[in-house]
Amino acid sequence: MIDPVLGSRLQFALTTIVHIIFPVMSMGLAPFLIYFTWKDIRTGKPVYEQLRRFWTKIFAVSFVVGTVTGIVLEFEFGTNFAAFSTAAGELFGGPLAVEGMMAFMLEATFLGVFVFGRERVSDTLYMISALAVGAGTWLSAVWILIANSWMQVPRGYELVTENGQTVVHLVDPIAAYLNPRFGFMYIHMQNAAVESVALFMAGVAAYYVFRHHVWEYPVENISFWETTLKIALVALLITAPLQVLHGDLYARHVYETQPQKFAAMEAVWETESYVPEYLIAVPTDLSDITDPRAKELFGLGIPGGASWLASGGDPNAEITGLNEFDTEAPPVAIVFWAFRAMVGLGFWFILLAFWGGYRWLTGDLFEDDLLHKALMGSSLLGIVAVEVGWIVTEVGRQPWVIQGVMKTHEGVSPGLTGTEAAITLAGFALVYTTLLGLYTYVIARIIRAGPPGRDDLRDHPKRRDTGDRPEAPAGVASDD
Amino acid sequence: MTDLAGLADGPLFGLPLPELWFGLIFAMLGTFLFLDGFDFGAGALFATREDDEDREMILAAIGPFWDGNEVWLVVFGGALFAAFPAVYANLFSRHYLLMFGILGALILRGLAPEMYEQRHDKQWQRWWGRSFVAGSILAPFLLGAFVGNWVAGTPRSFTLVGILVGLTTVALTIVSGTAFLRVKTRGTLRADLQSYGERAVVVYLLAVVATLVALAVDGLRAAILSPVVLALVGASVLLAGGYVLALRQGRDLVALAASAGLTYGLTVVVALLLYPSIDPVSGLTVRSAIVSTLPLNLMSVGAALLLPLVASYFVVLYSAFSGPADPSEAY
Repeated sequence: MIDPVLGSRLQFALTTIVHIIFPVMSMGLAPFLIYFTWKDIRTGKPVYEQLRRFWTKIFAVSFVVGTVTGIVLEFEFGTNFAAFSTAAGELFGGPLAVEGMMAFMLEATFLGVFVFGRERVSDTLYMISALAVGAGTWLSAVWILIANSWMQVPRGYELVTENGQTVVHLVDPIAAYLNPRFGFMYIHMQNAAVESVALFMAGVAAYYVFRHHVWEYPVENISFWETTLKIALVALLITAPLQVLHGDLYARHVYETQPQKFAAMEAVWETESYVPEYLIAVPTDLSDITDPRAKELFGLGIPGGASWLASGGDPNAEITGLNEFDTEAPPVAIVFWAFRAMVGLGFWFILLAFWGGYRWLTGDLFEDDLLHKALMGSSLLGIVAVEVGWIVTEVGRQPWVIQGVMKTHEGVSPGLTGTEAAITLAGFALVYTTLLGLYTYVIARIIRAGPPGRDDLRDHPKRRDTGDRPEAPAGVASDD
Repeated sequence: MTDLAGLADGPLFGLPLPELWFGLIFAMLGTFLFLDGFDFGAGALFATREDDEDREMILAAIGPFWDGNEVWLVVFGGALFAAFPAVYANLFSRHYLLMFGILGALILRGLAPEMYEQRHDKQWQRWWGRSFVAGSILAPFLLGAFVGNWVAGTPRSFTLVGILVGLTTVALTIVSGTAFLRVKTRGTLRADLQSYGERAVVVYLLAVVATLVALAVDGLRAAILSPVVLALVGASVLLAGGYVLALRQGRDLVALAASAGLTYGLTVVVALLLYPSIDPVSGLTVRSAIVSTLPLNLMSVGAALLLPLVASYFVVLYSAFSGPADPSEAY
């Protein structure tokens, strides 16, 4: 049977890679839903009710799948990484417990009101529930990333031996939990979630806009899709440049606090200065693809680029090579290529945002079919970027589960058998493939059905007064 | 900083924090068993209805609540992890397949209603309806089996005590599920539920007695024959009688309260049978497994501040959806 260590690692990788999709959707949608709810209540314009109701459906499905896949992760610390849980529980368990009480409770209870309760509660309570759900999703990330940032840059602890076991002892909670890494991770993750959802919204909207304007195949509720596209573009114009600029600061922080990970990101084996930033590195033979920069590559790089990025402006800065460290290197190829994929996508999203913004200015936003195709093709790439980004973070930390303190293989449950690990790994492979298929199917159905028609909308007091029911301006800019 | 350093010196206000946290994690488990228990029960009772309208009604009854209710399991896991990390690690890894069985059942239960509502063709709804029922029965059964093995102190995951506690838990969820659905529904559906509730509560009492006998044979005789445990069993019989009476008089909220009493009573019995041990297999006790003073004090402050807030969320949620369910609110 499979090695329980390998099985546990593969299973945790699989279950996180699938799970993260759903929090990205719910955290990313949260600010949009708060905005739609606010505008719906305040203006009574039909398009905002359509926006709120349509995207709430997608939010609700994502939230449910996020709940059931999230509990799996919490349990896996105990089932598969019992040694880690015993050793680090004192620091790691607290944030998880607080996440449940402070954040998950808030979002999951108000979700009921937000999804089902529009007819039952006042405007004020409905708005509060939108804010509570949004705040809950973002607070969840606070505690999860506090826990994760401590695994990356552990502080505020000491190692003690209890009953023959080495255990992490909390000595300084402020140093441990208000870790500088947390700030970098939180901004990077939350901005990525909004950016990913903006890309998704833009891609979906671009499809309908393309059908209506380019194919001239009339789409019902076209003004809904036009508004969606514009709102998504605004969000993309804000988040895409911010992500890359902030990512640069974050990478510098990694260089300072996790030099081994940084060396893996750049595949630097021997300590050197004036390290180029390779944009493309093509191996001269196929076996080198798993070992980038080990031998001469055909590489296209910016001379001194990696050094420049690491030090914040000095192309001659020294980067410590992987061979300098006492432990084995992380799987360099995965980290190296995942980092390039993430950064490349980050720049592509900026290009898309500016392209769309420019077409909006020139008035061709709904006519540029190449832009529409680019947006459609990029609708899921935000999520891909989040995945490869997390791969850089987590695979780059290997062989450590807690950087410099505990190795991943030491954290695995001692009593776990290969048979057990194989059964659950196979089970998850099957269940999560099905789950992803069903999720895609449901989301596709919601998108195909489109927003509720104008005739199905609520009896809004503002619309009753102004008679604004049948027509509404489509643009976001023309609102107030 | 000095304030925080002071938190490492001794337990907050000299309180017996290990015992309080032991109580708290069982309170969380009990709350999960009651709140999500009636969702599970509703899921099991879903199998008894053929009619489309009734089925929609059952889904609408639990729709706004189940996700929030399920979070009590997350909070239970988190609190156990934070307060008794070694217990969390030992228990969860020991009953490895059982834990993943619970997770699988919860995935099925959560996903199935979502899928059921997607399409209105017979075949599709039949399969997702069955999945919903299966998940709703398997989740409490396996969770009960887990708790049974925990108390019995057996390293094995599939045991007689485990199966008996599993059945007890399933019966209990049908007891509370009946009361909950009667609060949320009207008409023939509500009338038909009564007999299921009455039968379930009898099965529940029998299963409890069978479990206690099995545990007594297993060596927990002294603990089971303690006055408190016997008194709790006696109280459960009275509550069960009150439950049946309330159902017959149509006082559904009273019946729901009685089922809450049964659930918390069972949880207290479990906690009493364990204490002062917290994991008999690994020999960990409440005092030896508790996390060290500083994080314990921090957690206690956190829980004292947050749990009243959490309670208020549930008050808002349940009062917003008080009274009968409305299937048109289901998505």
